[in-house]
Amino acid sequence: MNLFEFCYGIIHWLVDLVNHLWYWLGDLLPWWFGDFFDAVGDFAASQGHLSVMTILLEVVVVVVIALINVLNFLWIFRKFMARMFDFYGPYYVGYRIGGWLQNLADGIKLFVKEIIVPAKADKMGYLLAPVIFVGSSILILATIPFSVDFGVSTNKSGDYVPAGALFALAAFAIAPFSILLAGWASNNKYTLIGGMRSAAQMMSYEIPLLMTVASVFLLAGSFGFVDIVNAQHDMWFGIPLFIGFIVFLVCLAAEVEIIPFDLPEAEAELVEGWTTEYGGMRFGLFYMTTTVRSYAGGALATALFLGGWQGPSLIPDEIWFLIKAYIVFVVFQWMTWSLPRVRVDQILGLGWKRLLPLAIINLMIAVALKSMGWF
Amino acid sequence: MAEMWINMGPQHPMTHGLWNLRVKVDGETIVDAQPEIGYLHRGIEKLCEGKSYPQIIPLADRLCYGSSLTWSHLYCMAVEDLMRVEVPERAEYIRVLTIEMQRIVSHLMWLAAYAGDLGLAAGFVYTMRDREVFLDLFQSLTGARITYNFPRIGGVAHDLPPNFERDSLRALSYFEGRLKEYEDMFEGSKIFMMRNVDVGILRKEDAINLGVTGPTLRASGVTYDLRKDVPYSVYEEMDFDVATHKDCDCYARYRVRMDEMWESCKIMRQALQKMPKGKWRIVAPRNAPVGTGLARVEDPRGEGVIYVVGDGSERPYRVKIRSPIFVTVSAAPKMLIGYKLADVVAIMGGLDMCIGETDR
Repeated sequence: MNLFEFCYGIIHWLVDLVNHLWYWLGDLLPWWFGDFFDAVGDFAASQGHLSVMTILLEVVVVVVIALINVLNFLWIFRKFMARMFDFYGPYYVGYRIGGWLQNLADGIKLFVKEIIVPAKADKMGYLLAPVIFVGSSILILATIPFSVDFGVSTNKSGDYVPAGALFALAAFAIAPFSILLAGWASNNKYTLIGGMRSAAQMMSYEIPLLMTVASVFLLAGSFGFVDIVNAQHDMWFGIPLFIGFIVFLVCLAAEVEIIPFDLPEAEAELVEGWTTEYGGMRFGLFYMTTTVRSYAGGALATALFLGGWQGPSLIPDEIWFLIKAYIVFVVFQWMTWSLPRVRVDQILGLGWKRLLPLAIINLMIAVALKSMGWF
Repeated sequence: MAEMWINMGPQHPMTHGLWNLRVKVDGETIVDAQPEIGYLHRGIEKLCEGKSYPQIIPLADRLCYGSSLTWSHLYCMAVEDLMRVEVPERAEYIRVLTIEMQRIVSHLMWLAAYAGDLGLAAGFVYTMRDREVFLDLFQSLTGARITYNFPRIGGVAHDLPPNFERDSLRALSYFEGRLKEYEDMFEGSKIFMMRNVDVGILRKEDAINLGVTGPTLRASGVTYDLRKDVPYSVYEEMDFDVATHKDCDCYARYRVRMDEMWESCKIMRQALQKMPKGKWRIVAPRNAPVGTGLARVEDPRGEGVIYVVGDGSERPYRVKIRSPIFVTVSAAPKMLIGYKLADVVAIMGGLDMCIGETDR
């Protein structure tokens, strides 16, 4: 049973239940009402309606999973940082579970703060930017399956979206535009520079990122996550494409804007960069979504290079996938806390002069492996 | 992008205090810069005129939160010069010991702020943690952690507490191991070197012409240290080297301060070893004679000078404070122009700004 069937079953059961009451209600009323009631009930039980409702339920499932992961990630992020820095981290709020509830407390605190729009901001852009940022980031998660059965982008017969990986990367690349929009619309010099930096940075890392992913597509012979992961049954792509994996991780760090490459929100020189003018829950959403993106990055690295949900079957596939994604996340955090920030011209130099040649070498290795017939 | 002015300050993470750096940027490149200070002016020089000589010591502590003991020591030296008071030898050794400890504390705070500016969170936390070791020593000696109120006119307030020598030696051996670790952590990081080497060049001639002193001057290749050139207190007895570097960039300033911490450890060990027995304080007269007193010391940030004019009463007629950072910050445009906006934090962080003494 895959996720679609599960949700379909729930929706089917619910619609049956409601329809039962509905038809009973219709029988009590005069016949012309009854016809109307019958028509509505038939529509509710129709195949199209059930599919749409199933997809909506799946979306809810994905968002809930994303939010639970975000809470876990923020907790790991704080605890790991604390352990690296010789202090305890979150402790008192929910202390029997290691301060896990601290993030919920922070969220509630951000929720009750006043929403302030700067007087001279471009209101449309200012309000739209968080929507695009959050929406495009959660969209990434919709395409990444946890296992063959646990993916949103599957239909009733178990088919999955054939180009899911391409779609995920496309959704990943939307965020810099919303950052640029937020930076421009806030009408502040720091945010403007932050937004421009984001655009400049995207130019430098996006191309090597896609080149390394292209090598994975080449070896797997598919754009879909399920095929890519199944192709790694004998060997993870991270081993033959070791150079590509490193390039991918570096580019991913730039993509999710963590510290060696967090130029758009460089707090030392740009206060808080493009998020300077956002307060309250809008800032909370940005903060949360940055973590969502870290998680999505870890999940992408897992699916493309670390064998996805492949692993000894002692524990379920989904848990394998999450363990690997969490490990990638922790490595990212480790990098964040132990490296200084690079300068904007240096990241351009890094992207074009170092990562792009390495990505091309990696692509050539992939071509060689494929033409040898080893994959 | 058109050129625009950006106000970095007065409320800005880069400033480490309350001042404003206006930079004119063309895209990301700095084409002009204007430092603006005066936001933290408390009128300390004028306040001194209404207080008696011993009452000014805690006020002198407040000149710099980073190295308060240096400033109260400097003030006491200036008043001793005015009153012609001879300080007991043990007091001089205790002073040298404590101001070298203060230098380490100050440089550690600089290192922490510098690491934080560059985005190196681990550097910030580790250096602040090891600063605590010396703050604990200060607490056992003076009872305070930031503003100590420890030197007195004619000596120091207390003798060393029991086991202070043992604790200091332990702290030093712990700290020397840590210092090695920091050097590995900072210089072993390729990104740290990318951010520092050849950034914020201040040539030797420019540094001398602008009146820059302290580690910034020594990082421009000038061997000038008041502890060696105009020895005060008992620095003549100490064996240490003046840390200099000829690269003139941010990395040179970092290197000079790291070397100074090693030298401070050496001086502290010698002071503990040579410390004589005897009195640690003599009673100074209440009223100063008519005349002037002047003292110069090598502050962690540069050359600090206090000039006191006495008029025969128990209060000074005038106190003039020469702050090193007040002069150094005027060299900021020279260092900034031509570099990127992100280099502002590296360059200004490398100067170790302290606004308390700058605005007074």
